[in-house]
Amino acid sequence: MSATETSTKGPAATGRGASPALRAQHVLHEHPWVSPLVLLVLSIVVFTSLNPDFAQPRAISLLLQQTAVIAALGVGQTLIIITGGIDLSVGAAAILACMSSALLSSQHGVPAPAAILIGVLIGALCGLVNGALVSRINLPPFIVTLGTLSIFTAITLMLTGGSTVQGSKMPGAMTAAGTRVPLFGLDLNVGIIVVAVLYLAVGYALGFTAWGRRVFAVGDAPEAARLAGISVSRVRLSVYIVAGVIYGIAAWVLIGRAGAASPNGVVDANLASITAVVIGGTSLFGGRGGVIGTVLGALIVQSFAIGLTLVGLDDEYRVLAVGVLVIAAVAADQWIRKVRS
Amino acid sequence: MTESTRRPVLSARGIRKTFGRVVGLDGVDLDVFPGEVLAIIGDNGAGKSTLIQCLTGALVPDGGTLELDGTPVSFRRPQDAKDVGIETVYQSLAMSPALDIATNMFLGREIRRPGPLGSVFRLLDTKAMREKSMAAVQQLGIRTIQNPGQRVETLSGGQRQAIAVARAAAFGSKLVVLDEPTAALGVRESGLVLDAIKALRDRGLPVILISHNMPHVWEIADRIHIQRLGRCAGVITSSSHDMTQGVAIMTGAATL
Repeated sequence: MSATETSTKGPAATGRGASPALRAQHVLHEHPWVSPLVLLVLSIVVFTSLNPDFAQPRAISLLLQQTAVIAALGVGQTLIIITGGIDLSVGAAAILACMSSALLSSQHGVPAPAAILIGVLIGALCGLVNGALVSRINLPPFIVTLGTLSIFTAITLMLTGGSTVQGSKMPGAMTAAGTRVPLFGLDLNVGIIVVAVLYLAVGYALGFTAWGRRVFAVGDAPEAARLAGISVSRVRLSVYIVAGVIYGIAAWVLIGRAGAASPNGVVDANLASITAVVIGGTSLFGGRGGVIGTVLGALIVQSFAIGLTLVGLDDEYRVLAVGVLVIAAVAADQWIRKVRS
Repeated sequence: MTESTRRPVLSARGIRKTFGRVVGLDGVDLDVFPGEVLAIIGDNGAGKSTLIQCLTGALVPDGGTLELDGTPVSFRRPQDAKDVGIETVYQSLAMSPALDIATNMFLGREIRRPGPLGSVFRLLDTKAMREKSMAAVQQLGIRTIQNPGQRVETLSGGQRQAIAVARAAAFGSKLVVLDEPTAALGVRESGLVLDAIKALRDRGLPVILISHNMPHVWEIADRIHIQRLGRCAGVITSSSHDMTQGVAIMTGAATL
Protein backbone atom coordinates (compact mmCIF):
# COMPACT_ATOMS: atom_id res chain seq x y z
CA MET A 1 0.00 0.00 0.00
CA SER A 2 1.55 3.32 -1.05
CA ALA A 3 1.65 6.55 0.88
CA THR A 4 -0.30 8.46 -1.75
CA GLU A 5 -3.07 5.88 -1.59
CA THR A 6 -3.30 6.20 2.17
CA SER A 7 -3.79 9.92 2.09
CA THR A 8 -6.50 10.05 -0.59
CA LYS A 9 -8.62 6.93 -0.40
CA GLY A 10 -11.16 7.75 2.31
CA PRO A 11 -12.22 11.31 1.47
CA ALA A 12 -12.00 10.95 -2.32
CA ALA A 13 -14.71 8.28 -2.49
CA THR A 14 -17.26 10.62 -0.90
CA GLY A 15 -16.06 13.76 -2.65
CA ARG A 16 -17.54 15.61 -5.59
CA GLY A 17 -15.67 13.52 -8.12
CA ALA A 18 -17.46 10.29 -7.15
CA SER A 19 -20.21 8.80 -9.33
CA PRO A 20 -23.83 9.11 -8.09
CA ALA A 21 -24.00 5.35 -7.41
CA LEU A 22 -20.85 5.49 -5.32
CA ARG A 23 -22.12 8.48 -3.40
CA ALA A 24 -25.47 6.74 -2.74
CA GLN A 25 -23.55 3.70 -1.54
CA HIS A 26 -21.64 5.84 0.93
CA VAL A 27 -24.74 7.64 2.23
CA LEU A 28 -26.51 4.29 2.78
CA HIS A 29 -23.37 2.92 4.38
CA GLU A 30 -23.24 5.79 6.83
CA HIS A 31 -27.01 5.87 7.49
CA PRO A 32 -28.59 2.40 7.02
CA TRP A 33 -32.06 3.73 7.84
CA VAL A 34 -32.23 5.93 4.71
CA SER A 35 -33.32 3.17 2.33
CA PRO A 36 -36.24 1.93 4.49
CA LEU A 37 -37.34 5.54 5.01
CA VAL A 38 -37.40 6.14 1.26
CA LEU A 39 -39.28 2.87 0.79
CA LEU A 40 -41.88 3.74 3.45
CA VAL A 41 -42.50 7.19 1.94
CA LEU A 42 -42.79 5.61 -1.51
CA SER A 43 -45.21 2.99 -0.23
CA ILE A 44 -47.38 5.70 1.40
CA VAL A 45 -47.35 7.86 -1.76
CA VAL A 46 -48.21 4.95 -4.06
CA PHE A 47 -51.00 3.52 -1.88
CA THR A 48 -52.47 6.98 -1.24
CA SER A 49 -52.58 7.71 -4.97
CA LEU A 50 -54.33 4.38 -5.54
CA ASN A 51 -56.76 4.84 -2.64
CA PRO A 52 -56.94 8.19 -0.77
CA ASP A 53 -58.33 6.38 2.30
CA PHE A 54 -54.76 5.21 2.99
CA ALA A 55 -53.66 8.66 4.18
CA GLN A 56 -56.70 9.08 6.45
CA PRO A 57 -56.16 9.10 10.25
CA ARG A 58 -58.18 5.89 10.52
CA ALA A 59 -55.82 3.90 8.30
CA ILE A 60 -52.71 5.45 9.88
CA SER A 61 -54.01 4.63 13.39
CA LEU A 62 -54.66 1.05 12.29
CA LEU A 63 -51.16 0.88 10.80
CA LEU A 64 -49.59 1.94 14.12
CA GLN A 65 -51.82 -0.37 16.19
CA GLN A 66 -50.99 -3.37 14.01
CA THR A 67 -47.27 -2.60 13.92
CA ALA A 68 -46.73 -2.11 17.68
CA VAL A 69 -46.13 -5.71 18.78
CA ILE A 70 -43.82 -6.71 15.91
CA ALA A 71 -42.00 -3.39 16.24
CA ALA A 72 -41.44 -4.09 19.96
CA LEU A 73 -40.17 -7.63 19.34
CA GLY A 74 -38.04 -6.18 16.54
CA VAL A 75 -36.12 -4.02 19.04
CA GLY A 76 -34.84 -7.14 20.80
CA GLN A 77 -34.21 -8.88 17.50
CA THR A 78 -32.21 -5.84 16.28
CA LEU A 79 -29.91 -5.93 19.30
CA ILE A 80 -29.24 -9.63 18.80
CA ILE A 81 -28.66 -9.31 15.04
CA ILE A 82 -26.22 -6.40 15.59
CA THR A 83 -24.06 -8.78 17.66
CA GLY A 84 -24.07 -11.16 14.69
CA GLY A 85 -26.69 -13.46 16.22
CA ILE A 86 -30.31 -14.24 15.43
CA ASP A 87 -33.31 -15.11 17.61
CA LEU A 88 -35.82 -17.61 16.26
CA SER A 89 -37.39 -18.02 19.71
CA VAL A 90 -38.62 -14.40 19.94
CA GLY A 91 -42.32 -15.20 19.43
CA ALA A 92 -42.22 -18.31 21.61
CA ALA A 93 -40.55 -16.38 24.45
CA ALA A 94 -43.12 -13.56 24.18
CA ILE A 95 -46.02 -16.03 24.23
CA LEU A 96 -44.56 -17.84 27.24
CA ALA A 97 -44.28 -14.52 29.10
CA CYS A 98 -47.76 -13.52 27.94
CA MET A 99 -49.48 -16.77 28.96
CA SER A 100 -47.66 -16.99 32.31
CA SER A 101 -48.77 -13.53 33.40
CA ALA A 102 -52.30 -14.12 32.05
CA LEU A 103 -52.68 -17.42 33.95
CA LEU A 104 -51.20 -15.98 37.16
CA SER A 105 -53.54 -13.00 37.14
CA SER A 106 -56.68 -14.86 36.04
CA GLN A 107 -56.45 -18.14 37.94
CA HIS A 108 -54.05 -17.62 40.82
CA GLY A 109 -55.15 -14.21 42.06
CA VAL A 110 -51.79 -12.55 41.46
CA PRO A 111 -52.26 -8.76 41.23
CA ALA A 112 -51.80 -7.42 37.70
CA PRO A 113 -48.62 -5.36 38.32
CA ALA A 114 -46.92 -8.39 39.87
CA ALA A 115 -48.13 -10.65 37.05
CA ILE A 116 -46.84 -8.21 34.42
CA LEU A 117 -43.48 -7.99 36.22
CA ILE A 118 -43.28 -11.79 36.38
CA GLY A 119 -44.01 -11.87 32.63
CA VAL A 120 -41.08 -9.51 32.03
CA LEU A 121 -38.85 -11.65 34.27
CA ILE A 122 -39.86 -14.79 32.36
CA GLY A 123 -38.89 -12.99 29.14
CA ALA A 124 -35.55 -12.14 30.75
CA LEU A 125 -35.12 -15.76 31.82
CA CYS A 126 -35.75 -16.93 28.23
CA GLY A 127 -33.08 -14.45 27.10
CA LEU A 128 -30.72 -15.68 29.82
CA VAL A 129 -31.09 -19.28 28.59
CA ASN A 130 -30.42 -18.28 24.96
CA GLY A 131 -27.60 -15.93 25.94
CA ALA A 132 -25.87 -18.41 28.22
CA LEU A 133 -25.90 -21.12 25.56
CA VAL A 134 -24.63 -18.69 22.91
CA SER A 135 -22.02 -16.82 24.94
CA ARG A 136 -20.77 -19.37 27.46
CA ILE A 137 -20.97 -22.65 25.53
CA ASN A 138 -20.40 -20.94 22.17
CA LEU A 139 -23.24 -22.67 20.36
CA PRO A 140 -24.48 -21.03 17.13
CA PRO A 141 -27.40 -18.65 17.87
CA PHE A 142 -29.44 -20.13 15.00
CA ILE A 143 -29.36 -23.62 16.52
CA VAL A 144 -29.79 -22.46 20.12
CA THR A 145 -32.88 -20.39 19.38
CA LEU A 146 -34.30 -23.03 17.03
CA GLY A 147 -34.14 -25.38 20.01
CA THR A 148 -35.55 -22.93 22.53
CA LEU A 149 -38.32 -22.03 20.03
CA SER A 150 -39.59 -25.59 20.49
CA ILE A 151 -38.86 -25.68 24.22
CA PHE A 152 -40.63 -22.38 25.03
CA THR A 153 -43.60 -23.38 22.85
CA ALA A 154 -43.86 -26.77 24.56
CA ILE A 155 -43.74 -25.19 28.05
CA THR A 156 -46.49 -22.76 27.03
CA LEU A 157 -48.70 -25.61 25.83
CA MET A 158 -48.05 -27.60 29.03
CA LEU A 159 -49.04 -24.57 31.13
CA THR A 160 -52.16 -23.65 29.17
CA GLY A 161 -53.32 -26.86 27.57
CA GLY A 162 -53.67 -24.71 24.46
CA SER A 163 -56.56 -22.63 25.72
CA THR A 164 -56.92 -18.86 25.49
CA VAL A 165 -57.37 -16.60 28.53
CA GLN A 166 -60.06 -14.03 27.75
CA GLY A 167 -59.42 -10.42 28.69
CA SER A 168 -62.58 -10.35 30.83
CA LYS A 169 -61.08 -13.02 33.13
CA MET A 170 -58.02 -10.88 33.87
CA PRO A 171 -57.67 -7.73 36.02
CA GLY A 172 -58.09 -4.54 33.99
CA ALA A 173 -54.40 -3.58 34.13
CA MET A 174 -53.51 -6.74 32.20
CA THR A 175 -55.26 -5.39 29.10
CA ALA A 176 -54.48 -1.72 29.78
CA ALA A 177 -52.05 -1.54 26.86
CA GLY A 178 -55.11 -1.53 24.60
CA THR A 179 -56.56 1.60 26.27
CA ARG A 180 -57.24 4.23 23.61
CA VAL A 181 -55.20 7.41 23.65
CA PRO A 182 -56.38 10.05 21.14
CA LEU A 183 -53.28 12.01 20.08
CA PHE A 184 -52.53 14.27 17.08
CA GLY A 185 -55.97 13.35 15.67
CA LEU A 186 -54.94 9.69 15.64
CA ASP A 187 -56.46 6.80 17.54
CA LEU A 188 -53.40 5.55 19.45
CA ASN A 189 -53.24 3.31 22.52
CA VAL A 190 -51.07 2.87 25.62
CA GLY A 191 -49.19 -0.01 23.96
CA ILE A 192 -48.04 2.18 21.05
CA ILE A 193 -46.71 4.76 23.50
CA VAL A 194 -44.91 2.08 25.52
CA VAL A 195 -43.29 0.78 22.32
CA ALA A 196 -42.28 4.33 21.33
CA VAL A 197 -40.60 4.80 24.74
CA LEU A 198 -38.89 1.41 24.28
CA TYR A 199 -37.45 2.63 20.97
CA LEU A 200 -36.20 5.86 22.51
CA ALA A 201 -34.58 3.99 25.40
CA VAL A 202 -32.85 1.34 23.28
CA GLY A 203 -31.92 3.86 20.58
CA TYR A 204 -30.26 5.97 23.29
CA ALA A 205 -28.46 3.00 24.83
CA LEU A 206 -27.15 1.87 21.42
CA GLY A 207 -26.08 5.29 20.21
CA PHE A 208 -24.92 7.15 23.28
CA THR A 209 -23.59 4.71 25.88
CA ALA A 210 -20.45 2.59 26.10
CA TRP A 211 -22.62 -0.53 26.19
CA GLY A 212 -24.10 0.37 22.79
CA ARG A 213 -20.68 0.99 21.24
CA ARG A 214 -19.55 -2.39 22.57
CA VAL A 215 -22.60 -4.18 21.15
CA PHE A 216 -21.60 -2.90 17.70
CA ALA A 217 -17.92 -3.73 18.26
CA VAL A 218 -18.74 -7.30 19.31
CA GLY A 219 -20.87 -7.83 16.20
CA ASP A 220 -18.43 -6.14 13.85
CA ALA A 221 -15.09 -7.58 14.95
CA PRO A 222 -15.28 -9.85 18.03
CA GLU A 223 -11.52 -10.48 18.10
CA ALA A 224 -10.78 -6.74 17.96
CA ALA A 225 -13.29 -6.17 20.77
CA ARG A 226 -11.61 -8.87 22.87
CA LEU A 227 -8.16 -7.39 22.28
CA ALA A 228 -9.53 -3.97 23.26
CA GLY A 229 -10.34 -5.51 26.64
CA ILE A 230 -14.07 -6.03 26.16
CA SER A 231 -15.62 -9.22 27.54
CA VAL A 232 -17.33 -10.41 24.36
CA SER A 233 -19.32 -13.14 26.10
CA ARG A 234 -20.60 -10.73 28.76
CA VAL A 235 -21.78 -8.25 26.11
CA ARG A 236 -23.50 -11.06 24.17
CA LEU A 237 -25.18 -12.36 27.32
CA SER A 238 -26.39 -8.87 28.25
CA VAL A 239 -27.89 -8.39 24.80
CA TYR A 240 -29.93 -11.61 24.98
CA ILE A 241 -31.18 -10.73 28.47
CA VAL A 242 -32.15 -7.18 27.43
CA ALA A 243 -33.93 -8.64 24.40
CA GLY A 244 -35.79 -11.03 26.74
CA VAL A 245 -36.94 -8.13 28.93
CA ILE A 246 -38.20 -6.39 25.79
CA TYR A 247 -40.11 -9.55 24.77
CA GLY A 248 -41.70 -9.56 28.23
CA ILE A 249 -42.86 -5.97 27.77
CA ALA A 250 -44.06 -6.79 24.24
CA ALA A 251 -46.10 -9.64 25.75
CA TRP A 252 -48.10 -7.17 27.81
CA VAL A 253 -48.59 -4.94 24.74
CA LEU A 254 -49.81 -8.05 22.89
CA ILE A 255 -52.43 -8.88 25.55
CA GLY A 256 -53.72 -5.32 25.34
CA ARG A 257 -53.82 -5.36 21.55
CA ALA A 258 -55.65 -8.73 21.33
CA GLY A 259 -57.81 -8.16 24.42
CA ALA A 260 -56.89 -11.71 25.40
CA ALA A 261 -53.88 -13.99 25.87
CA SER A 262 -53.72 -16.75 23.29
CA PRO A 263 -51.02 -19.42 22.97
CA ASN A 264 -51.40 -19.03 19.20
CA GLY A 265 -50.67 -15.28 19.38
CA VAL A 266 -47.58 -14.18 17.49
CA VAL A 267 -46.46 -17.59 16.23
CA ASP A 268 -44.77 -16.14 13.13
CA ALA A 269 -43.13 -13.29 15.07
CA ASN A 270 -39.64 -14.68 14.52
CA LEU A 271 -39.85 -14.32 10.75
CA ALA A 272 -41.83 -11.08 10.95
CA SER A 273 -39.32 -9.48 13.32
CA ILE A 274 -36.30 -10.66 11.33
CA THR A 275 -38.01 -9.30 8.19
CA ALA A 276 -38.50 -5.90 9.86
CA VAL A 277 -34.87 -5.81 11.00
CA VAL A 278 -33.48 -6.79 7.60
CA ILE A 279 -35.70 -4.42 5.61
CA GLY A 280 -34.66 -1.79 8.17
CA GLY A 281 -31.09 -1.99 6.93
CA THR A 282 -29.49 -3.86 9.84
CA SER A 283 -26.86 -6.24 8.52
CA LEU A 284 -27.30 -9.96 9.25
CA PHE A 285 -23.50 -10.12 9.43
CA GLY A 286 -23.58 -7.95 12.55
CA GLY A 287 -21.98 -4.65 13.49
CA ARG A 288 -24.15 -2.38 11.36
CA GLY A 289 -27.72 -1.11 11.73
CA GLY A 290 -30.02 0.28 14.38
CA VAL A 291 -33.53 0.46 15.77
CA ILE A 292 -34.76 3.36 13.62
CA GLY A 293 -34.53 1.09 10.58
CA THR A 294 -36.42 -1.68 12.37
CA VAL A 295 -39.49 0.43 13.15
CA LEU A 296 -39.48 1.64 9.53
CA GLY A 297 -39.15 -1.96 8.34
CA ALA A 298 -42.08 -3.07 10.51
CA LEU A 299 -44.17 -0.13 9.24
CA ILE A 300 -43.33 -0.97 5.61
CA VAL A 301 -44.54 -4.57 5.98
CA GLN A 302 -47.74 -3.46 7.72
CA SER A 303 -48.34 -0.63 5.23
CA PHE A 304 -48.23 -3.22 2.45
CA ALA A 305 -50.84 -5.28 4.32
CA ILE A 306 -53.21 -2.34 4.76
CA GLY A 307 -52.47 -0.75 1.38
CA LEU A 308 -53.00 -3.92 -0.62
CA THR A 309 -56.26 -4.59 1.24
CA LEU A 310 -57.49 -1.06 0.48
CA VAL A 311 -56.55 -1.53 -3.18
CA GLY A 312 -58.56 -4.77 -3.12
CA LEU A 313 -55.75 -7.30 -3.49
CA ASP A 314 -55.57 -10.48 -1.41
CA ASP A 315 -53.10 -11.11 1.39
CA GLU A 316 -50.91 -13.39 -0.74
CA TYR A 317 -49.73 -10.30 -2.62
CA ARG A 318 -48.45 -8.88 0.67
CA VAL A 319 -46.63 -12.14 1.38
CA LEU A 320 -45.14 -12.04 -2.12
CA ALA A 321 -44.09 -8.40 -1.78
CA VAL A 322 -42.47 -9.00 1.63
CA GLY A 323 -40.51 -11.94 0.22
CA VAL A 324 -39.18 -9.80 -2.63
CA LEU A 325 -38.35 -6.98 -0.19
CA VAL A 326 -36.36 -9.20 2.17
CA ILE A 327 -34.19 -10.54 -0.64
CA ALA A 328 -33.76 -7.04 -2.08
CA ALA A 329 -32.79 -5.70 1.35
CA VAL A 330 -30.12 -8.36 1.89
CA ALA A 331 -28.79 -7.82 -1.64
CA ALA A 332 -28.63 -4.08 -0.96
CA ASP A 333 -26.76 -4.77 2.27
CA GLN A 334 -24.15 -6.84 0.41
CA TRP A 335 -23.67 -3.99 -2.04
CA ILE A 336 -23.40 -1.39 0.70
CA ARG A 337 -20.88 -3.47 2.64
CA LYS A 338 -18.51 -3.40 -0.35
CA VAL A 339 -17.50 0.11 0.71
CA ARG A 340 -15.36 -1.58 3.31
CA SER A 341 -12.85 -3.20 0.99
CA MET B 1 24.76 1.78 32.40
CA THR B 2 25.22 -1.96 32.34
CA GLU B 3 22.42 -4.44 32.37
CA SER B 4 23.36 -5.75 35.80
CA THR B 5 22.72 -2.38 37.43
CA ARG B 6 19.37 -1.77 35.75
CA ARG B 7 16.18 -3.48 36.74
CA PRO B 8 14.06 -4.64 33.82
CA VAL B 9 10.54 -3.22 33.48
CA LEU B 10 9.29 -6.55 32.22
CA SER B 11 11.14 -9.79 32.74
CA ALA B 12 10.06 -13.15 31.30
CA ARG B 13 11.63 -16.48 32.26
CA GLY B 14 11.12 -19.86 30.66
CA ILE B 15 7.94 -18.98 28.73
CA ARG B 16 6.42 -22.10 27.17
CA LYS B 17 3.42 -22.36 24.88
CA THR B 18 2.27 -25.37 22.90
CA PHE B 19 -0.56 -25.70 20.41
CA GLY B 20 -1.54 -29.36 20.47
CA ARG B 21 1.65 -31.12 19.39
CA VAL B 22 3.25 -27.98 18.01
CA VAL B 23 5.68 -26.30 20.38
CA GLY B 24 5.31 -22.55 19.80
CA LEU B 25 7.63 -21.37 22.56
CA ASP B 26 10.15 -23.64 24.25
CA GLY B 27 11.33 -21.82 27.37
CA VAL B 28 12.02 -18.23 26.26
CA ASP B 29 13.70 -15.60 28.48
CA LEU B 30 13.27 -11.89 27.74
CA ASP B 31 14.06 -8.63 29.55
CA VAL B 32 12.94 -5.12 28.64
CA PHE B 33 14.76 -2.25 30.30
CA PRO B 34 13.48 1.31 30.90
CA GLY B 35 13.73 3.61 27.91
CA GLU B 36 14.91 1.05 25.37
CA VAL B 37 13.56 -0.25 22.10
CA LEU B 38 13.86 -4.03 22.09
CA ALA B 39 13.34 -5.52 18.64
CA ILE B 40 12.28 -9.13 18.19
CA ILE B 41 13.26 -10.64 14.87
CA GLY B 42 12.90 -14.17 13.56
CA ASP B 43 11.77 -16.22 10.62
CA ASN B 44 8.09 -17.05 10.07
CA GLY B 45 6.98 -19.52 12.70
CA ALA B 46 9.89 -18.71 15.02
CA GLY B 47 7.41 -17.70 17.73
CA LYS B 48 7.65 -13.90 17.62
CA SER B 49 3.92 -13.25 17.70
CA THR B 50 3.28 -16.07 20.15
CA LEU B 51 5.90 -14.58 22.47
CA ILE B 52 4.40 -11.11 22.56
CA GLN B 53 0.89 -12.55 22.85
CA CYS B 54 2.07 -14.36 25.97
CA LEU B 55 3.54 -11.10 27.32
CA THR B 56 0.34 -9.11 26.73
CA GLY B 57 -2.41 -11.48 27.86
CA ALA B 58 -3.65 -12.37 24.37
CA LEU B 59 -2.43 -15.92 25.01
CA VAL B 60 -1.96 -17.62 28.36
CA PRO B 61 1.45 -19.37 28.49
CA ASP B 62 1.62 -23.02 29.55
CA GLY B 63 4.70 -22.39 31.67
CA GLY B 64 7.19 -19.74 32.78
CA THR B 65 7.03 -16.59 34.88
CA LEU B 66 6.52 -12.88 34.23
CA GLU B 67 7.70 -10.05 36.44
CA LEU B 68 6.70 -6.41 36.06
CA ASP B 69 9.04 -4.04 37.96
CA GLY B 70 10.18 -7.01 39.99
CA THR B 71 6.69 -8.12 40.99
CA PRO B 72 5.35 -11.45 39.65
CA VAL B 73 2.33 -10.96 37.36
CA SER B 74 0.16 -13.24 35.28
CA PHE B 75 -2.20 -12.11 32.56
CA ARG B 76 -5.31 -14.19 31.83
CA ARG B 77 -6.72 -11.78 29.24
CA PRO B 78 -5.60 -8.64 27.36
CA GLN B 79 -7.36 -6.39 29.87
CA ASP B 80 -5.08 -7.64 32.68
CA ALA B 81 -2.03 -6.39 30.80
CA LYS B 82 -3.73 -3.10 29.90
CA ASP B 83 -4.64 -2.57 33.54
CA VAL B 84 -0.95 -2.49 34.49
CA GLY B 85 0.01 -0.19 31.60
CA ILE B 86 1.09 -2.58 28.83
CA GLU B 87 -0.42 -1.55 25.48
CA THR B 88 -0.21 -3.62 22.32
CA VAL B 89 -0.69 -3.00 18.63
CA TYR B 90 -1.53 -6.37 17.15
CA GLN B 91 -0.69 -7.50 13.64
CA SER B 92 -4.41 -8.03 13.02
CA LEU B 93 -4.88 -4.32 13.86
CA ALA B 94 -7.54 -4.93 16.51
CA MET B 95 -9.83 -2.27 15.06
CA SER B 96 -13.58 -2.43 14.62
CA PRO B 97 -14.03 -1.30 10.98
CA ALA B 98 -17.67 -0.19 11.33
CA LEU B 99 -16.94 2.12 14.26
CA ASP B 100 -15.35 5.55 14.01
CA ILE B 101 -11.78 6.51 14.92
CA ALA B 102 -12.57 8.04 18.32
CA THR B 103 -14.78 5.10 19.33
CA ASN B 104 -12.01 2.67 18.39
CA MET B 105 -9.41 4.70 20.28
CA PHE B 106 -11.52 4.55 23.43
CA LEU B 107 -13.08 1.10 22.95
CA GLY B 108 -13.17 -0.60 26.34
CA ARG B 109 -12.31 2.62 28.24
CA GLU B 110 -14.97 5.05 27.07
CA ILE B 111 -15.23 8.50 28.65
CA ARG B 112 -18.60 9.50 30.08
CA ARG B 113 -19.98 12.99 30.58
CA PRO B 114 -19.31 14.52 33.98
CA GLY B 115 -22.18 14.73 36.49
CA PRO B 116 -25.46 12.79 36.52
CA LEU B 117 -25.62 12.63 32.70
CA GLY B 118 -22.62 10.35 32.83
CA SER B 119 -23.13 8.53 36.11
CA VAL B 120 -26.90 7.98 35.89
CA PHE B 121 -27.62 8.11 32.16
CA ARG B 122 -24.24 6.66 31.12
CA LEU B 123 -24.01 9.34 28.41
CA LEU B 124 -20.74 9.16 26.46
CA ASP B 125 -18.61 12.27 26.13
CA THR B 126 -18.16 11.98 22.38
CA LYS B 127 -16.65 15.45 22.07
CA ALA B 128 -13.92 14.78 24.64
CA MET B 129 -13.07 11.42 23.08
CA ARG B 130 -12.82 12.96 19.60
CA GLU B 131 -10.60 15.79 20.82
CA LYS B 132 -8.29 13.45 22.71
CA SER B 133 -8.13 11.11 19.71
CA MET B 134 -7.10 13.95 17.43
CA ALA B 135 -4.51 15.10 19.96
CA ALA B 136 -3.07 11.56 20.16
CA VAL B 137 -2.98 11.25 16.37
CA GLN B 138 -1.35 14.66 15.93
CA GLN B 139 1.27 13.84 18.56
CA LEU B 140 2.40 11.10 16.18
CA GLY B 141 2.63 13.66 13.41
CA ILE B 142 -0.04 11.91 11.30
CA ARG B 143 -1.59 14.65 9.19
CA THR B 144 -3.74 12.60 6.79
CA ILE B 145 -6.40 12.04 9.43
CA GLN B 146 -8.64 15.07 9.95
CA ASN B 147 -11.97 13.73 11.17
CA PRO B 148 -12.08 11.55 14.31
CA GLY B 149 -15.73 10.73 13.50
CA GLN B 150 -14.70 8.94 10.31
CA ARG B 151 -15.34 5.20 10.23
CA VAL B 152 -12.20 3.09 10.33
CA GLU B 153 -13.31 1.03 7.31
CA THR B 154 -12.99 4.16 5.15
CA LEU B 155 -9.31 4.48 6.12
CA SER B 156 -6.36 2.93 4.35
CA GLY B 157 -4.24 0.25 6.02
CA GLY B 158 -1.58 2.82 6.82
CA GLN B 159 -4.03 5.19 8.42
CA ARG B 160 -5.50 2.36 10.51
CA GLN B 161 -2.03 1.38 11.70
CA ALA B 162 -1.32 4.98 12.63
CA ILE B 163 -4.48 5.08 14.76
CA ALA B 164 -3.53 1.81 16.45
CA VAL B 165 -0.05 3.11 17.29
CA ALA B 166 -1.49 6.40 18.53
CA ARG B 167 -3.89 4.47 20.77
CA ALA B 168 -1.09 2.38 22.29
CA ALA B 169 1.08 5.47 22.78
CA ALA B 170 -1.78 7.34 24.46
CA PHE B 171 -2.60 4.63 26.99
CA GLY B 172 0.66 2.73 27.59
CA SER B 173 2.33 3.75 30.85
CA LYS B 174 4.81 0.84 31.34
CA LEU B 175 5.43 -0.73 27.95
CA VAL B 176 4.23 -0.48 24.38
CA VAL B 177 4.34 -3.61 22.20
CA LEU B 178 4.17 -3.21 18.43
CA ASP B 179 3.68 -6.26 16.19
CA GLU B 180 4.85 -5.38 12.65
CA PRO B 181 3.71 -1.74 12.90
CA THR B 182 5.21 -0.70 9.56
CA ALA B 183 4.40 -3.81 7.52
CA ALA B 184 1.44 -2.17 5.74
CA LEU B 185 2.85 1.33 5.52
CA GLY B 186 4.39 3.40 2.78
CA VAL B 187 7.81 4.96 3.20
CA ARG B 188 6.58 8.28 4.59
CA GLU B 189 4.13 6.83 7.11
CA SER B 190 6.72 4.23 8.18
CA GLY B 191 9.02 7.13 8.99
CA LEU B 192 6.28 8.71 11.08
CA VAL B 193 5.78 5.51 13.07
CA LEU B 194 9.53 5.12 13.63
CA ASP B 195 9.71 8.73 14.82
CA ALA B 196 6.81 8.03 17.17
CA ILE B 197 8.64 5.01 18.57
CA LYS B 198 11.71 7.17 19.20
CA ALA B 199 9.49 9.75 20.91
CA LEU B 200 8.12 7.03 23.20
CA ARG B 201 11.62 5.88 24.08
CA ASP B 202 12.71 9.44 24.81
CA ARG B 203 9.81 9.69 27.27
CA GLY B 204 11.41 6.71 29.04
CA LEU B 205 8.71 4.31 27.90
CA PRO B 206 10.16 1.01 26.71
CA VAL B 207 8.99 -0.44 23.38
CA ILE B 208 9.01 -4.01 22.11
CA LEU B 209 9.01 -4.02 18.33
CA ILE B 210 8.46 -7.05 16.12
CA SER B 211 9.56 -6.41 12.58
CA HIS B 212 10.63 -8.15 9.40
CA ASN B 213 12.14 -4.91 8.18
CA MET B 214 15.85 -5.23 9.04
CA PRO B 215 16.84 -1.64 8.11
CA HIS B 216 14.08 -0.37 10.46
CA VAL B 217 15.28 -2.67 13.23
CA TRP B 218 18.93 -1.69 12.87
CA GLU B 219 17.94 1.98 12.72
CA ILE B 220 15.87 2.07 15.86
CA ALA B 221 16.55 -0.89 18.17
CA ASP B 222 18.80 -0.63 21.23
CA ARG B 223 18.90 -4.42 21.52
CA ILE B 224 17.72 -7.16 19.18
CA HIS B 225 16.22 -10.41 20.48
CA ILE B 226 16.52 -13.16 17.85
CA GLN B 227 13.82 -15.86 17.94
CA ARG B 228 14.53 -19.16 16.21
CA LEU B 229 12.40 -22.34 16.30
CA GLY B 230 10.56 -21.34 19.47
CA ARG B 231 13.73 -20.41 21.37
CA CYS B 232 15.81 -17.30 21.84
CA ALA B 233 18.88 -17.70 19.62
CA GLY B 234 20.57 -14.72 21.27
CA VAL B 235 20.36 -11.01 21.99
CA ILE B 236 22.56 -8.67 19.96
CA THR B 237 22.88 -4.92 19.36
CA SER B 238 23.11 -3.01 16.13
CA SER B 239 26.74 -2.18 16.92
CA SER B 240 27.81 -5.71 17.93
CA HIS B 241 26.48 -7.34 14.76
CA ASP B 242 25.52 -6.08 11.30
CA MET B 243 22.35 -7.02 9.47
CA THR B 244 23.91 -9.92 7.57
CA GLN B 245 25.19 -11.49 10.77
CA GLY B 246 21.80 -10.97 12.42
CA VAL B 247 19.96 -12.64 9.56
CA ALA B 248 22.45 -15.50 9.63
CA ILE B 249 21.67 -16.16 13.29
CA MET B 250 17.94 -15.82 12.58
CA THR B 251 18.05 -18.47 9.84
CA GLY B 252 20.41 -20.80 11.69
CA ALA B 253 23.33 -20.26 9.26
CA ALA B 254 25.37 -18.95 12.19
CA THR B 255 25.11 -19.27 15.97
CA LEU B 256 25.86 -16.70 18.61
